[in-house]
Amino acid sequence: MSAEVLVFAVFALVAVAGALTMVAARNPVYSAMGLLSTMFAVAVFYVMNDAHFVAAVQVLIYAGAVMTLFLFVIMLIGVDASDDRSEQLPLQRPIGLVLGAGLLALVLLAARAVWVTGLGTDPGTSGGVGTIENVAVELFGAWLLPFEATALLLTIAAVGTVALARFGSAGLTVVAPRQDDTAGAEHGTDDAASLPGSD
Amino acid sequence: MVVTAGWYMTLAAALFAIGAVGLLLRRNALIMFMSIELMLNAANLTFVAAGRHLGVLEGQLSVLFVMVVAAAEVTVGLAIIVAVFRKRATASVDELAGLRG
Repeated sequence: MSAEVLVFAVFALVAVAGALTMVAARNPVYSAMGLLSTMFAVAVFYVMNDAHFVAAVQVLIYAGAVMTLFLFVIMLIGVDASDDRSEQLPLQRPIGLVLGAGLLALVLLAARAVWVTGLGTDPGTSGGVGTIENVAVELFGAWLLPFEATALLLTIAAVGTVALARFGSAGLTVVAPRQDDTAGAEHGTDDAASLPGSD
Repeated sequence: MVVTAGWYMTLAAALFAIGAVGLLLRRNALIMFMSIELMLNAANLTFVAAGRHLGVLEGQLSVLFVMVVAAAEVTVGLAIIVAVFRKRATASVDELAGLRG
């Protein structure tokens, strides 16, 4: 058994165990930790597939930024906000499990003949090695327009988040002590947000 | 014995199925969001494995774009979850049955 198979087996176990922990854990913090371990394992798989820059980005963005954001929100909402396990719909859990197992079985069945199709160069050449230089040449060459579009997308997302944080709290009656002095001074959007009967 | 692209894709299919089951079974909006992130990671793994199998770099570029979109999605989605929590004091999607603000 080669070292590559050994590394794959170990980190595949880590990834699946982390994913199962994420789904099954009662505490949202445990779920976040399980997803974090899965993301680290996936970063290892990226390195094994010559995607070094993507692996670094995976650790920085996903394990660093996104999971920190998740943990912040868990902290904000409260750990005790975990749901009770009582289901509203009967048979929801067995049906969900059966559908998930069926999805896995169908994917594996469909992919049994051939895993990868498509045109490509010979595997093993340096064309697919994801060094920073190779990725940058491709990204700022043929893929420049989609890259600029992602900048626009991120701007829209940031503005939308600010708008949600700003206008989403304007109509609160529960935890908005400054409602009176802001609702009068601002434009009509605050009044429109507070119009429907907020519970 | 060598690790081929099919191994990675089998693992990615398993991770995707686990994420789908989590999305179906859990009621906490945060856990459902994490399940979506897991499914995106599984899709990214297939991209990278296929790109390496074909010897092209486009798979990794797709992963980069998916990551950017996922980051934007997480930002907006978590803001929505926090806004809903401040208004309704719950993160359970079972109790969010009305569209009225």
